[in-house]
Amino acid sequence: MAGYFEAAPDGAAVIALDEVEVSILRSLAVQLLELIGPGREHEEGADPLAALFAEGPSSPPSDPALARLFPDAYVDPQAGDAAGREAREASAEFRRYTENDLRARKREDALAVVRDLDGLEPSGGGAVLRVAGDDARHWLGTLNDLRLTIGSRLGVTEDDEELYRLPDTDPRKPLVMAYLWLGGLQESLLETLM
Amino acid sequence: MGGVSVAPVEIERPEAGEAPSSDVPWITLVHNDPVNLMSYVTYVFRTYFGYPKEKAEKLMLDVHHKGRAVVSSGSREEMERDVQAMHGYGLWATLQQDR
Repeated sequence: MAGYFEAAPDGAAVIALDEVEVSILRSLAVQLLELIGPGREHEEGADPLAALFAEGPSSPPSDPALARLFPDAYVDPQAGDAAGREAREASAEFRRYTENDLRARKREDALAVVRDLDGLEPSGGGAVLRVAGDDARHWLGTLNDLRLTIGSRLGVTEDDEELYRLPDTDPRKPLVMAYLWLGGLQESLLETLM
Repeated sequence: MGGVSVAPVEIERPEAGEAPSSDVPWITLVHNDPVNLMSYVTYVFRTYFGYPKEKAEKLMLDVHHKGRAVVSSGSREEMERDVQAMHGYGLWATLQQDR
């Protein structure tokens, strides 16, 4: 797992991925989709117009990774539990009107990534992925959401020397490897854009 | 009244602490987190706010070293839009009145 994005002459970002890498990326994107959950518009027999005006939830998700993806808008993290009632109520109100849209955006990003991976033409045990234009935004979004999710699961902090020197037998090792690899992908994709 | 006067108007400046709370501007704060890449945070500030490279990098470094930075200010509605956009990008943002 050493491949990174490079800038093609036409401005697109390209990367050679082997079958295993494609399969890992796809699996992670699908897991992210499952975590974010289906939109109300996909509910059986749902009225599309009603779904348009459906209110979102008013309390933060209990899953820590989801809570990081959908944070309270009015609660200063430095205040934490000491945040006032006013801030909590304003956050709940904000969440009701924005969280569905936010979930939809994150879903669209992950779906675009899955579509790109499914559209690859395999050759010699791998494939070359091209990411251009708006698609780069989808990839950056999903790579970032995946890192936030995995980072939350691993309990990543500012100073994590220990996490990066885990013995191969540690059950967290594969997730740490994936986390670092995704960071490399995101960083190299950004470099082609800036 | 015919037309709009362009003459300078004497503006009454309220004493500190007397301003009605609705006049106090709102700010969007972006908070540090251990996951987001510095390059990504800079990219978001440049892409979404259209800030030049230097300003975006300074704000990113403020977030990283001071734990937070004010990235925009304006009306409550504008700041809600910015916070929602930051959450869309995966940055940890909140809004509050700039007291």
